[in-house]
Amino acid sequence: MISDSKMAAITAKLTKALTGIKGFDEITDGGLPRNRPTLLCGNTGCGKTVMSMEFLVHGAVQFSEPGVFFSFEETVDELVTNMESIHIDMEKLIREKKIYIEYLESGKSQVAQAGRYDLEGLFMRLQNAIQKVDAKRVVLDSMDALFYGLDKEILRTEVKRLFKWLKEKGVTSLITSEINEQFVTKTGLEQFVADCVITLDSRVIDQTTTRRLRIVKMRGSGHGINEYPFMIDGAGVSILPVMSQMANQNLTNNRISSGIKDFDGMLDGKGYFEGSSILISGSAGTGKTSIAISLINETCKNNMKGLYCAFEESTSQLTRNMRSIGLDIQPYIASGLLKLYSSRPTIQNLELHLISIQNIIEEFKPQILILDPVTNLMSEGINSEIRQMLAHFVDFLKSKNITTLFTAAITLESIKSNPSDEGISAMMDTWILVRDIELNSERNRGIYVLKSRGMNHSTQVREFVITDEGIKLLPIYVSPHGILTGTSKLEETLRQEEERKLFENKIKIREHELEIKREIMENNISLLKTEFNAELEMLSQAKMERNLNNEALETGQKEITELRNNINSSVEKSKHRNK
Amino acid sequence: MVEQKRRIEEGDQLLTSIADGPKYILRLFVSGILMNSIRAIRNLNQICELYLKDDFKLEIIDIYQQPELATDEQIIVVPILIIKHPFPERRIIGDLSDIEKVLEVLILR
Repeated sequence: MISDSKMAAITAKLTKALTGIKGFDEITDGGLPRNRPTLLCGNTGCGKTVMSMEFLVHGAVQFSEPGVFFSFEETVDELVTNMESIHIDMEKLIREKKIYIEYLESGKSQVAQAGRYDLEGLFMRLQNAIQKVDAKRVVLDSMDALFYGLDKEILRTEVKRLFKWLKEKGVTSLITSEINEQFVTKTGLEQFVADCVITLDSRVIDQTTTRRLRIVKMRGSGHGINEYPFMIDGAGVSILPVMSQMANQNLTNNRISSGIKDFDGMLDGKGYFEGSSILISGSAGTGKTSIAISLINETCKNNMKGLYCAFEESTSQLTRNMRSIGLDIQPYIASGLLKLYSSRPTIQNLELHLISIQNIIEEFKPQILILDPVTNLMSEGINSEIRQMLAHFVDFLKSKNITTLFTAAITLESIKSNPSDEGISAMMDTWILVRDIELNSERNRGIYVLKSRGMNHSTQVREFVITDEGIKLLPIYVSPHGILTGTSKLEETLRQEEERKLFENKIKIREHELEIKREIMENNISLLKTEFNAELEMLSQAKMERNLNNEALETGQKEITELRNNINSSVEKSKHRNK
Repeated sequence: MVEQKRRIEEGDQLLTSIADGPKYILRLFVSGILMNSIRAIRNLNQICELYLKDDFKLEIIDIYQQPELATDEQIIVVPILIIKHPFPERRIIGDLSDIEKVLEVLILR
C-alpha cells in the first residue's frame, strides 16, 4: 500500500486516479490517468475482469468514487459470484449504490444490417448508469463484444466517439479488450486510446502459468517500462512492485550482530549493516542455515521481528534441528516475534513466491528476512528474468530497510560453470562464503567474507565448528603450508617442534666450530706480535747506529772548515803586500 | 416484481394482438436527433406503406425517452428494428436504406 504522504502528493497533482491494486499505483506513479480512458489488453483468462473490477471496488470503497461496470461477457450474477472468490461483497456494494453493474447482451438474436447505424444505445445506457450512482469510474469489459457482427468502419468512428465522450463525462475509464497491441496500431484505434495502454499476458513456462503486466503507453506521465509479474489470489491482484528507479533507502549506520560473536569480529567487530542484503553461499552441508538462524535468534533476542522463509525444510524440522545446536527459536514463534514461512518452490514460481512473501512483509513488517535457500527459487524459469526479479525484490526490501539474508547453494566453482549465479552476488552488500576444507580424510568448515560494502572486513579464512552452544570460530592458524584446520593442525605443531630442535643442534655445532676458530686466531695473533716486536727491535738498533755515524761526520766537517778558513786569510795577506 | 409484472402484461398484450391483431408487429428504437435514426423512420414508413399495407403495428421508441425499455431490450446500436411478429424475433440494424435486405428479413422471403 501507499503511504499517506505519498498519496497526498499524488492526489495534489490530480492527474491520476489511484487504483488501490497492490503494486499497480507504484509502477504507474499514482494509478490511471484521471478522467481519461485506458485500454487494458490481454488474452482470455489473464485477469482483465478481476483487475478492472478491483479498480472499481477500491475506487468506491477507499477513494469514494462510485463506479459503473458494463459487462459484455458475464451476467451480473456471474460477476457477483466470481468476485466472492476474492472476498468482495458485490451485492452490498450494489445495494449501497457504490457500484452499478449492467450486463449488455450483444448479438441477442440474428441481427441483419441494412444501412448505417451508431452506438447511441450504448451511450444512452452509459449515461443512465453513470447518473444512477454518480459514477466517477467506468469499466467496459470487454469492447470486443461490440466488434462481433458490426461494421468495422462504423465501429472505428463510434469507438472513437465513445472515448471522446468518456473524457467529456469526466470519468476515469478502463476499457478491456482481447485485441493485442498490433491490432490497436493497425486499426488506428491507438490514436484516440493512446492516453494509456496496458497489456496483460499469461504464458506457461515449465508447466507454471506466469502472468505479466506491461504499460505500453501512458501519455504525459512517467511509468515503468518493464514487464511486471503479477498474481491473482484470494486477496485479488498483486503486482510485484518493480521499482522504476533505485530504491530510495534511508541509509543508517546501525549494525546488527550476526549472532556469532567471533564472526562479528570479522565484520569490523560490529556485524552486518542494518537494511543491507547479505548472501551466504556454499555447497550443501556447510552450515548456511545455522548461520542464518544465528542471526534471526539474535534479532528476536533483541525484540526485533524476523521472518524466515524456508524452501528446503519444514518449519518443525527447522525448529528441531536448531534446538540441537543450542538455538531454541520456539519461544520467539510463540511470542509472535518470529514468523516461519515454508513452501515448496515447485508449487509456485519465483514471482508468485516473491509476491506472497511481499504480502507477508507488508502485513508482518519484519526487520530481518531470511530466504533459505534462494537458489531453490531459481530452478523455475529463465535466469536473466530471475536475476531482474530478485534485483527488484532486493530494492523493495531496501526501501523497507529490512536486513535480508539469502543463502545460496552456489560456490566459486559453480559460478564458473553458471556465470549468471554471479549476478545474484552483485546485488548483495555482503557476500560470505562458507566452504568445506577437505584435508587428510577430514572435513572442516571454513568461513570468509568475500565482500562487504562500506566496512573494513577481515580477509582471513576462519575455521568454524557447530557446537551445541551455537557456532564458534576457532583461533586462526597460518603456516608456510597454508591455513590449517583440525588434526593436521596438531601434526603441524609436532613437526615444527622437531624442526626447532634440529635447528638448535645446528647452532650448537656452529658455536663449537667458531670456538676452535677463535683459538687458532688468537695463536696466530701472538705469533705475529712476536715477529712484529722483533722487527721493531731491529729497527731501533739501526736508528741508533745511524745517529752515531752522523755525529762523527759533523765533527769531522767542522775541523776541515776551520782549516780552510785559516789558509784563505794567509793568502789575502800576501796579495795585499805585493801591491 | 414490477419488472416481472410488466413482462407478463407485455406478453399478454402480444398474445392478444397476435390472435386478432395485425400480422406484423414492429418496434423501431431510435435516437431522435441522429441522422441515421431520422432516415430509418422515413425508410420504414415507406416500406410499411408499400409492402405491409395496413397489416402492421409499428411502435417508434426514442431510447432517451424510454431508457428502461431500451435497456430491457438490450439496445446497444440504434436505429434498430425489432420484428416481434411473425416469429421468430428478428433484428435489423441500420437506417434501413437497403430495402431489399429489410424485406428479406421482414417478410422472410
